[in-house]
Amino acid sequence: MNAISGTAQGGAAVNSAERRHDEVLLSVQDLHVWFELRRFGFGHAGYVRAVDGVTFDLHYSETIAIVGESGCGKSSLMKTILALHRPTKGDILFENRNLNALKGPELREYRSQVGYVQQDPYGALAPFMTVQRILEEPMIINGIKDKAEREARLRNAMEEVKMSPVDDFLQKFPHMLSGGQQQRVVIARAMLLEPKLIVADEPVSMLDASVRVEILKLLRALQDKHNLAVIYITHDLSTVRYFSERVFVMYAGQAVEKSLINDLIRNPLHPYTMALLAATSDPDADNATRFRDVPPGEPPSLVKPPKGCRFHPRCPHMIKDLCDAEEPPHFEPEPQHLVACWLYR
Amino acid sequence: MPETTLLHIEDLQLFFRAGKGVVRAVDGVNFDLNANQAVVVLGESGCGKTSLAKAILRLLPRNVDTYDGKIYLHDQNVMELSDEEYRRQVRWLKMSMVPQAAMNALNPVLKVGDQVAEPAMIHNAMDKEMALGQARKMFQHVGVPLDFLNRYAFELSGGMRQRVAIAMSLVTAPDLIVLDEPTSALDVLTQANIFNVLKRIKSELGMSFILITHDIATSSELADSVAVMYAGQIVETSDAHRFFHEPLHPYSGKLMDSVPRLRGTQEPDFIVGQPPSLINPPTGCRFRDRCPHAFGRCAEEPPTIRQDGRTVKCWLHVA
Repeated sequence: MNAISGTAQGGAAVNSAERRHDEVLLSVQDLHVWFELRRFGFGHAGYVRAVDGVTFDLHYSETIAIVGESGCGKSSLMKTILALHRPTKGDILFENRNLNALKGPELREYRSQVGYVQQDPYGALAPFMTVQRILEEPMIINGIKDKAEREARLRNAMEEVKMSPVDDFLQKFPHMLSGGQQQRVVIARAMLLEPKLIVADEPVSMLDASVRVEILKLLRALQDKHNLAVIYITHDLSTVRYFSERVFVMYAGQAVEKSLINDLIRNPLHPYTMALLAATSDPDADNATRFRDVPPGEPPSLVKPPKGCRFHPRCPHMIKDLCDAEEPPHFEPEPQHLVACWLYR
Repeated sequence: MPETTLLHIEDLQLFFRAGKGVVRAVDGVNFDLNANQAVVVLGESGCGKTSLAKAILRLLPRNVDTYDGKIYLHDQNVMELSDEEYRRQVRWLKMSMVPQAAMNALNPVLKVGDQVAEPAMIHNAMDKEMALGQARKMFQHVGVPLDFLNRYAFELSGGMRQRVAIAMSLVTAPDLIVLDEPTSALDVLTQANIFNVLKRIKSELGMSFILITHDIATSSELADSVAVMYAGQIVETSDAHRFFHEPLHPYSGKLMDSVPRLRGTQEPDFIVGQPPSLINPPTGCRFRDRCPHAFGRCAEEPPTIRQDGRTVKCWLHVA
């Protein structure tokens, strides 16, 4: 399809990674993340059902994109994978170890294998630390005591994110860097401990349009080189194509459609996915002459989600007494393309 | 339909004093805007596009070094007005602005209806009853339910708050609204919704817009014409049709190439390097260090070439 994905097959594919490609790295099974609401600090007042029954497998060195709007639960899902929240129900298995069972040093060891690229690079970098200090921090925490080794590793990481000459940047503070450079530092930090999985939460949405592609290409190149698995979280479908093969669309805490990205763009099945695609513009002067179809209303409250399909109050194809009564299961109208919608029953 | 020029900007300059020298944020900008049209000012961060908006609305910080040029609004040079005259006659009444992140700048302890009505009470000398009536009308135009008048900002979603900010800019019935990145913090569906609202205001109220953004794909939702800004200068102006089909300036071309597209197979590319500092910008063409077509002559200041109603500031287009 393009040069970025082309490099995934060619080049120096490491044998062990090739062998492990079919093995599951991370398995999310019927994950529920609910936050309890309390009245005046005590007394139960319901739950915010941020993630409500999400299941997927991620293989070694595979990329998966999670697409959804703010409030759909994608950040809660991500934070649970990073072991920052505990699941209310369901399991996350990383290399067949259950995250729920990890404690203390095991948890720290797990976190060193999962890198996190934050959405807002400026907010993610401590303003009072130099780039050198920022990059040393995770190594100190994870017990790399040899100063020379730390120095060597951080220089290597800086080279990898193309911040060279390295000495020009090491003593700088985050505010002295451009948005793109800040995001490179964030990526370098995520890469330092040689993780197996990178979770990238909207890594380019805060950046200038002209820098976005550069950062995405950098992430893609690092992924190929180190056989990383990546979870790419975004609301922008147009960048997914250049980054990931598999995608799933989240709405109100649930995965409504899972597919390969090209199938999703060619043949979106869920009405919500159709709406997302219809609302995404490519540069074209004719856009100014027509209105875009946008479903009415807003995503539902996650405290009391609608009965049945959660999209039914906004859906133009709603089937009465079915969509508003029963939750749709996942149907598979075409191979490898799952959709939670009664239209395909 | 005869087109009348609403806004004509000539050689506008806005320089700031900074620790290291003078920042030439807006450095000799020229462009025109016709009534009931929308012009998009496109550029990377740090190219001076927000400063341009502030220069047009005379919302100046204290460290201004130079503020010069001509801004004709309906054939009146508003640069000749004193600050007080400008405040009374122009800002809000003729031109208003939706600043960047306006939706997060709403007053948290005032009902949004009262906030929207306030400019009309101050600038149009309406009493509160009339101003609230006007606010109600504007809420209908931007598609906010009327019972939201009595709500507070924190009770509204991001998209609704952005609509409220747009309603506020409309309430004084200006001829022109300057929008600074109106949708950059919003979700895709909300973005599409906001642009639907802007299109409707444009056709129903005959509004004109200056839309400042770095997002080329969404800018095409509103653009009648495009002005590309680079390092404080306008490097290309064009009607939207020809611009999106075939940009003239090498920088515009590179910007267009950097857009990831949902449809089509074109591989996006990025622009190598960074924009120059606006303190002591390079002489000659400011883009030449990053330009794939740069040649000897680019070391001289390029002229602005007029070509069938478009302008381009580039030596490549000198006949």
